[in-house]
Amino acid sequence: MDEETIVYALPNRTTPGNPVLFDEAICDGCNRCLTVCLEDVFIPNPQKGKPPLILHPDECWYCGPCVDDCPLPGAIRLNHPLQQRVRWKRKDSGGHFRV
Amino acid sequence: MNVPHESGTVLRWPYAVRYGTERDYEADVLVIGGGIAGVWAAIAAASTGAKVIVLEKAATERSGAGGPGVDHWQWAADNPGSRISPEELAQALVDNQGGYRSGISTYIQCASAWETLEEMERMGGKIRDTGDEFRGAEFRDEKTKLLYAYDYTNRFVLRVWGHNFKPLMREQCRRLGIRVFDRVAVTSILTEGGRPGARVVGAAGVHCHSGAYVAVRAKAVVLATNRPKRIWTFSSELRGITTFRPPSCSGTGYAIAYRAGAEFAMMEKSMRSSFASPYAYPPYGSGNAINTWYPCTIVDANGKEVPWVDAWGRPVSGVAARCRPVEGQKFFIMGGGSSSQPHPGLPQHLGPKPIPDLEARMLAGEFVPPFYADLAGMPEMERKAIWGIMVGNEGKTRIPVMKTYMASGFDPERDMLQSYDFLRGHGMREPVLPQERTFGEQGVCGGMLVDWDLMSNLPGLFGAGDLLFGGQDHSHAAASGRFAGARAALHARRSSAGEVSLEQIEREKKRVYAPLACSAAGPDWKELNAAVARVMQNYCSELKNAELLSLAKTWLDDLQANEVPRVSAGDPHQLMRVLEVHDIVTCAQMIVSACEARKASSAYLHFNRRDYPQMDPAEWHKWLVIRKQGEDVAVSDRPIAFWGDFESNYRPRHAENAAAMASASQAASRAAA
Repeated sequence: MDEETIVYALPNRTTPGNPVLFDEAICDGCNRCLTVCLEDVFIPNPQKGKPPLILHPDECWYCGPCVDDCPLPGAIRLNHPLQQRVRWKRKDSGGHFRV
Repeated sequence: MNVPHESGTVLRWPYAVRYGTERDYEADVLVIGGGIAGVWAAIAAASTGAKVIVLEKAATERSGAGGPGVDHWQWAADNPGSRISPEELAQALVDNQGGYRSGISTYIQCASAWETLEEMERMGGKIRDTGDEFRGAEFRDEKTKLLYAYDYTNRFVLRVWGHNFKPLMREQCRRLGIRVFDRVAVTSILTEGGRPGARVVGAAGVHCHSGAYVAVRAKAVVLATNRPKRIWTFSSELRGITTFRPPSCSGTGYAIAYRAGAEFAMMEKSMRSSFASPYAYPPYGSGNAINTWYPCTIVDANGKEVPWVDAWGRPVSGVAARCRPVEGQKFFIMGGGSSSQPHPGLPQHLGPKPIPDLEARMLAGEFVPPFYADLAGMPEMERKAIWGIMVGNEGKTRIPVMKTYMASGFDPERDMLQSYDFLRGHGMREPVLPQERTFGEQGVCGGMLVDWDLMSNLPGLFGAGDLLFGGQDHSHAAASGRFAGARAALHARRSSAGEVSLEQIEREKKRVYAPLACSAAGPDWKELNAAVARVMQNYCSELKNAELLSLAKTWLDDLQANEVPRVSAGDPHQLMRVLEVHDIVTCAQMIVSACEARKASSAYLHFNRRDYPQMDPAEWHKWLVIRKQGEDVAVSDRPIAFWGDFESNYRPRHAENAAAMASASQAASRAAA
């Protein structure tokens, strides 16, 4: 209870901050996504075998080749910005859903 | 994974930095921009036996607006199923824009889009329904297994599985020995003696990872970069998901060619577009009835169908009729319409669309918002085409829309995708605000003026794709790229290598690396970009007059003189972004200059001069051309159809290109044997 909580002084994060999400259990750090990226948002992870780091999340075009060209299905997925998630209606039930 | 801040770690830049180190190369043909147009140009030039280098800011394997994919192969009047000729189609496309569409590159597209697609098929691209998924569909030719879109009677737009075309093109570059340098941002065109207006002898730029300087000397240069974005709208964070072209399209080709003395036409045109708005939804990612989603049925909140009408307002009943010309039309070019941006167009060429007065009828109580694209209610083949080959292959819908929505449970057989029309504005595609304008995100726009060789007024400088004045589309980029690459290679055969001016290189290096020495106290590149966008929103937007445009010029010149020199860069990537905004400032200045020069309003150009309110007066029905002359802007004009006859200009050049590409491949086969 008396242990000091360490808090760092940091600027706000870029929003949206995670244009893609990696599954570290699947990704082997091959950097294929980094190689094909149109906007150069990634840098290689200093730790070999780990997913690339997202240095410029604000520059992402959300175009998808990083996902389309990934050799390990499920290692990377696009993370749709929350404010741009669309809705749809199920025709028979009238139920409403969202991304 | 984000860069770890939490532990207080600051990572070193991961690449070896070599600011100022110069790397020099030589080629017959240099291609600037490794997108669709650029790589087709490189492939064509190399097919004639030329030594080719490509410089690309991003990653050639996927870069370009069409790098992630393509669904429609437009205007392929030369395909075996077409019932109209390239001449008829090109003329209709030009007429439909009131003459403000290039007859040159549009004709090249209409006359060679199919032969270009056949070459893509030979590279391994899928262009036919070989799996018989659409057997019996109205839009399928049972013999060739080609699938058509829009006008099923006349069959000049193809549906293709284009999601992997770009990697296949990159592979072809490897086979042909083309040297591709990725992550090199070109910053200047090199001219003889370093003089603007002189013969072009190469280009130079910086590597976005190392910061090294790269210079290429070449006998011919093909400029194949994209149109400027981020001119009217710039969001410092939400830059990507809503835009149709990559956010890094900074109009660099426009800026460097303009500084080198090239002529540009129709720079005064801009329009409102949802593709420009950071607050819109992903292109083709919400309910609509246009392009990729044509001819989807739209229903209101109670399931009531929105009626469709033809270009004269007559009812069009049933889904099948939306894909056939109506009485009074031989053929139609696209459809779906857009009520927020009435296209002047010509009724004999416009396809069916949902009623254009939907907003008024909704307000009168006839329809209840929100509206939906009723995929579930579409005939099976149309539904499978839209939510399959089209959304599954269109540039940038495959992953962010198709894969993402389906992973969330969207089922095209049961669901209706919501439209956001009238919730934020009005329009059948996406609501937009007046200041959410774009130069080139949507439609035909201005660009580099070229002749029938696709060469500019600068000897040795060719253009291809989106950068060309008055051209449009993926197949335009492909066909014009292929044509320009061959013309450039033939030009190179007849030319000796020019001398690069060391003085120009030194001057350019000083300019390019200057941001590295700036203190961080100045604005960063984003703040400067946002400032340019604000100037354009206020003074060069929906309403224009001499006073407003003069203020735009004053503001931009002020930014150029006083703020551009203060913007700093901390690493090679940031340096690229800073230099992009320098080019955006130049593009904005070009646009304002052209707007000042056109002293008349034009519906076709979405151009509203309050001090010259008469729309499209006859004496202003002409192309306006701008060129930098010292510190001034020289303005000239060209008659609307200055390009003359299509066939007699196109055919001999096409034959020469084809012969050059065939003879080199025969020579290669002989050498291999």
